[in-house]
Amino acid sequence: MKLTYLVDRSIKYILLVCALLSVFILFLIAVFTLREGLEAFQTIGVGQMLSGTVWRPGQDQYGILAMILGSVLVTIGAIAIGVPFALGCAIFLAEVAPDNVRAIVRPAVELLAGIPSVVYGLVGMVVLVPMVRQIPVPGNSGYGLLSASIVLAVMILPTITNIAEDAIRAVPQSYREGAFALGSTHWQTITGVILPAARSGIIAGIILGVGRALGETMAMIMVIGNSVVLPKPLNDNPITIFLRQARTLTGNIAVEIGYATGVHESALFATGVILFMLIMLVNIAARMLMKERHA
Amino acid sequence: MTGSEIKLETQNFDLYYGNFQALDDISLQIPANQVTAIIGPSGCGKSTFLRAFNRMNDLIPGVHTDGEISMEGENIFNMDVVALRRRVGMVFQRPNPFPKSIYDNVTYGPRVNGLRDRDKLDEIAERSLRGAALWDEVKDDLGKSGLALSGGQQQRLCIARALAVEPDVILMDEPASALDPIATLRIEELIRELKEDYTIVIVTHNMQQAGRVSDYTAFFYTDESRTGILVEFDNTKKIFTNPSDQRTEDYITGRFG
Ligand SMILES: Nc1ncnc2c1ncn2[C@@H]1O[C@H](COP(=O)(O)OP(=O)(O)OP(=O)(O)O)[C@@H](O)[C@H]1O
Ligand SMILES: [Mg+2]
Repeated sequence: MKLTYLVDRSIKYILLVCALLSVFILFLIAVFTLREGLEAFQTIGVGQMLSGTVWRPGQDQYGILAMILGSVLVTIGAIAIGVPFALGCAIFLAEVAPDNVRAIVRPAVELLAGIPSVVYGLVGMVVLVPMVRQIPVPGNSGYGLLSASIVLAVMILPTITNIAEDAIRAVPQSYREGAFALGSTHWQTITGVILPAARSGIIAGIILGVGRALGETMAMIMVIGNSVVLPKPLNDNPITIFLRQARTLTGNIAVEIGYATGVHESALFATGVILFMLIMLVNIAARMLMKERHA
Repeated sequence: MTGSEIKLETQNFDLYYGNFQALDDISLQIPANQVTAIIGPSGCGKSTFLRAFNRMNDLIPGVHTDGEISMEGENIFNMDVVALRRRVGMVFQRPNPFPKSIYDNVTYGPRVNGLRDRDKLDEIAERSLRGAALWDEVKDDLGKSGLALSGGQQQRLCIARALAVEPDVILMDEPASALDPIATLRIEELIRELKEDYTIVIVTHNMQQAGRVSDYTAFFYTDESRTGILVEFDNTKKIFTNPSDQRTEDYITGRFG
């Protein structure tokens, strides 16, 4: 009796400590990264770093605009390819698939999340890059934003699919019945009632996918080409920018941290800080978007 | 039956949930432009029967049926189910407006039917909301979420939403059971008005309500061995004053159920 009472009283505090600890760790990481990056911010200047188009550490040029653009473009590409695909999977799993099919497909999608990043990179290099190389545009090497976007789209598929499926399943059956009773087809019910009702959950899934995409490192290094030059279209057609080689913020850190010293090293930490803020911004935007929906 | 024409007719209709028989050999005729009430103890198959008319049971895996249901002489199981549901609307026990604006709720049916003309939609919205006695309360704020209305208003919104499709028949499954007495009276009043233009079938647990709103009453029953049997179907007056079956009388006088 006494013991259960004690456990009951103390469990609250133990849980509180766990929660506080994780907040504290987040804080530590932020402070540490910021401290290490401070030198770069001071000697180079935040504006210079953000707007500089040249990254040449040997000549003390530390502009990361090319990498920001690389990260943003590859994320946009991954979302453009991955979201329709993931939504399709989620709708199929939640609304269409009979139980026995779902019992196979759902674990398979989940398994995608368990494949190590480097394996995605390998498959991307061996399978995808040669395929993309077939696109007949001068200057296209196969390595670049398109290949990276496709790899990333597959990598974020399970995250978005899972959350979107849960959101769709959480839509009350009464909405479904209401729509059917008014004579809508299954497809009209899905697009007109179910998806709008599941909207905030689906957006949350997409945001998590964006976060994951911005943070992905290894697979990106392996297929994106890692050029530090500001990505531009290969010809008059702006879409050919995706055939250009690029580098992500994460890739920039991982590729160079092994040998960087001094301001160079600090600039990499500063890149980390900017990445951190970018992801935070995305999350805030997401929250605001979701609040708006509820109002 | 009286001289009025028949809107819906079931002949030896059985319905099974898997192996469980929930409706047992039901034959009855629902007269047009009348209110027909379905009463009976809980679990006797009232909702199942009601949902047979717009084939909502099709959505439940493992359901199969025997016998026939026809609407104006046409077998509903041979009809396109979407077309059927446009002619046979439904109002549910719990108000279930979509999480959309009042306007979008009411115009949902016409819009999935392909109507895009804004003026026409406006007109339908007003007519349907008036028909459901909700217009005066919401006309200044059609952009408000349907979920922001009171329970009784939500139910009338759902009725308006059903009216907007211009059905012939409206099925109502205990439409007032989630509402307070005043909202209930409004719905009952509305049902009496609607029968001018629609054939109404209503499931209710409330005997007074059945007595107040309906012209005909079907008494369903369940016992140890069978579920979903039709004991008696007649004029509401007859059922309530002089039922021919003892079980009906016992139920109505509150001796069981
Ligand atoms: N989806 C279902 N699967 C299996 N059995 C069902 C299903 N729906 C209803 N039943 C069974 O069918 C019988 C009739 O149910 P129904 O809901 O039609 O009764 P009801 O008369 O509407 O009851 P209530 O007055 O409580 O609403 C009950 O025995 C019920 O358990
Ligand atoms: Mg019922």
